[in-house]
Amino acid sequence: MKSSPAPRRRIPFLIEGLTALGLILAPIVLPPLGFAPNTVNQILIWGLFGLGFDLLFGFTGLLSFGQSAFFGTGGFVAAYLLTQDMVTSVPLALLIGTLISMIVGVLVGVLALRRTGIYFAMITVAIAEMFYFLENSPLSHWTGGENGIPGVPTPKLELLGFKWNVGTGWSMYDFLAICYFIGIVVALRIVRSPVGKILSAIRDNPLRAAALGHSVFAYKLTAFVIAAAYAGIAGGLLGVLQGFMPPDAFSFDTSGQLVMQTAIGGVGTLFGPLLGATVWLFLRDFLQSAMGLGSAWKLVLGIVFVLLVCFLRHGLIGGVKDLYALITHRKAVEEEAPEEALEPIVVADESMPARHREGNLEVGTILQATGLTKRYGGLLANSDIDFTVKVGELRGIIGPNGAGKSTFFKMLTCEVPPTSGTIMFEGKDITGRGVTDVCQLGLTKSYQVNQLFTRLTVRENLTIAALAELRGKFRLDLFRNPAKIPGLTEQVDRTLELISLTARADTTVSALAYGEKRRLEIGLALATSPSLLLLDEPLAGMSPSERVATVKLLKSIAKGRTMIVIDHDMDSLFELVEWITVLQEGRVLTEGTPDQIKNDPVVKEAYLGGLHE
Amino acid sequence: MFNGLVLGALLALISSGLTIIYGTLGVLNLAHGAMFMMGGYAGYFAFQATGSYVVAVASGALFVMIVGVVMERVIIRHFYSRPNEDQLLVTFGLSIVFVELVRLAFGSLSRSVPPPPWAVGVTPLGFMLYPTYRLVVVGIVAVALLILYIVLYRTRLGMIVRAGIEDSLMVDSLGINVFRVFMIVFGIGAMAAGFAGIVNAPVVSLVPEVGEMILVQTFVVVVIGGVGSFPGAILGGLIAGQILSITSMINPGYAYVMLFAAMTLVLLVRPRGLLGAHSRD
Repeated sequence: MKSSPAPRRRIPFLIEGLTALGLILAPIVLPPLGFAPNTVNQILIWGLFGLGFDLLFGFTGLLSFGQSAFFGTGGFVAAYLLTQDMVTSVPLALLIGTLISMIVGVLVGVLALRRTGIYFAMITVAIAEMFYFLENSPLSHWTGGENGIPGVPTPKLELLGFKWNVGTGWSMYDFLAICYFIGIVVALRIVRSPVGKILSAIRDNPLRAAALGHSVFAYKLTAFVIAAAYAGIAGGLLGVLQGFMPPDAFSFDTSGQLVMQTAIGGVGTLFGPLLGATVWLFLRDFLQSAMGLGSAWKLVLGIVFVLLVCFLRHGLIGGVKDLYALITHRKAVEEEAPEEALEPIVVADESMPARHREGNLEVGTILQATGLTKRYGGLLANSDIDFTVKVGELRGIIGPNGAGKSTFFKMLTCEVPPTSGTIMFEGKDITGRGVTDVCQLGLTKSYQVNQLFTRLTVRENLTIAALAELRGKFRLDLFRNPAKIPGLTEQVDRTLELISLTARADTTVSALAYGEKRRLEIGLALATSPSLLLLDEPLAGMSPSERVATVKLLKSIAKGRTMIVIDHDMDSLFELVEWITVLQEGRVLTEGTPDQIKNDPVVKEAYLGGLHE
Repeated sequence: MFNGLVLGALLALISSGLTIIYGTLGVLNLAHGAMFMMGGYAGYFAFQATGSYVVAVASGALFVMIVGVVMERVIIRHFYSRPNEDQLLVTFGLSIVFVELVRLAFGSLSRSVPPPPWAVGVTPLGFMLYPTYRLVVVGIVAVALLILYIVLYRTRLGMIVRAGIEDSLMVDSLGINVFRVFMIVFGIGAMAAGFAGIVNAPVVSLVPEVGEMILVQTFVVVVIGGVGSFPGAILGGLIAGQILSITSMINPGYAYVMLFAAMTLVLLVRPRGLLGAHSRD
């Protein structure tokens, strides 16, 4: 039984087409509603600015309060070049401004991305504020300081003998609409590309994204620089639109307004910033002139914003979506997650072999840890562990709680560096290499506590894992269609089948039953085609029937690869593995076959305590 | 040097407020600058009504504490379980609401509170003459920091707060009402900002935007000192104060640039901040 993968985009370029239609209709529809052409033009600029910000915040999960730095940089560079007659072509000046903005983005990003979350937000605020001061005094000779740069010309384009002198008003709208359209097409391509998928994975669970072999820092920097590029071009267009580059572009208010507009419209939607800007600018004009509120308009907008954040988590677009779902009862019919995997796990005849990597060993020692020690302050978690695993082996590790099993695994996968000792994997010293590199070499782990990308579907989760193996730890294929990556669909489908989740492929992870999540956890590790797979308590929390099924699954996985399994379920483990290492108090207590371990009095004592006489 | 000390002491006090709120509750209050601003305006209002400096300071601090407690009870409380980003958004929105409310009530023009009569004029320091009130500010802020230190390190409440910074879940399961502690901490943190706001009012005139700049400086202080660290906030505040005032003497245009350069340096060398422990990041 194999359900066909649901095609996500039924009509190709549907969103692009609708956007184009919307942009064409806007000059006809909006003026009767009270929109002046200048307001519409500003909306487009904010919408374009927001595209990059939404990629950064909505898709990668990085909330920057410092986008004004790039908006201003792009704007002032373009305005300076044009007013000094250094560049006469407006598009070229915009491009140079964007490029400089991106370079600044790299520098700022390298610094700000050293930290995440709240720190990241604080650092971006501080850096952007520094740009404001740079513009205002040290660089005022070039930027005009508080006066900005006046006299930015409008574009005069010539293409294939066809001349277009862009004026103001709706003529400028046409130019901006084309820019926005290009912007949204590029953004949609990025979101759908492998890079876009990985960015969402980083937003959901950066730790697992790194453990699956993706260079999280490089991808975050990519998103940051893309956001800087969008900000740069939008800033340049602001100067072109107004014929004047205002110093306000660098102010904290600019960043704040962008954040608020995006949140009002809907984060992670790409169109949210455009909608948010529409609401924002329309309300501003409406409250200021029609309601005669004067400067109090901002207070009203502030209150509206706070209420939105409190009650409508996903902005207006999210609200509309929820409402639509409510009306059509789409949510209600979403099938209930089964309590347990009812369908028997079909053990595939041909299991998924490890990918052959350069330097893979056919025989001999695949993993050798020597003198591995981990100290947490005064606590000695692991002490002088020597541990060797041969190619093709199926090894079990047992030990009472607190024996240091999980710490030991974390050191093997290089999640934590050992205090002393070395780890050799396939003859290479991997000590201190980092979890991402080690996964790329073919050594990965499934976690004791599920580490999944909860907002993505099962298929997307496995795609993230498979991409790491097929694309390496970093690749800038921003415009590639993932469906065209050779082997990707096959690998994901095969993993789905192996972990019996084919029928649930398009279900969001948060809607899965616990047992299904456990299987997906193993599937994630498996989809990277590791030659050495570590499993940290794969049976934890499973019902007896699920355990039987999972042991079968593990046996089939073990064909063609080396595996090490930690578990507390002795019966299952004794049935599964060939050789067992017993850890106690951070040391290797003993090793042997399941039968030897079962009857070893020392092991019994370790588990049951000192039963002397 | 002395200007730096005045500014540094104020920044230290404001940053301590920000950092204990973040450390205990895990919420970065972007409305903290607005708290500073509201302290100034509330004090200004009280001063207009009574003409007493002491009443002004007391009511400025108290008013902001009440605002903080109400804000925590009504809004922030519902955001503990939501992502950090939502917390940033809502406090950012609140800061705009506060600024605009004050603008509505007092207008955009700058207001000033005169220093108390006993602190007018200059004091000879042997080598230079220095405005008396600025010396008073250093003294008042030092006392306030000392009280904050005693509350944090010498009382039962402080012990709970410090334990909460380490592990609020554990404190909760020990049978201590963490939510009540959170409310108190938010109140104290806000009060620190409000107090600084009114004490600073005679030095720098009040405008509704006064909190915005302070907030950014506070961020730099906290990043330099280490997020969640009370001693770090004080050290960071003093360092930032010196950098700002020394650079201002040479070329005011570069003062902030130097401040951010210092932050960059700290981030490169010691990303956790000078006195930062393992943060929750």
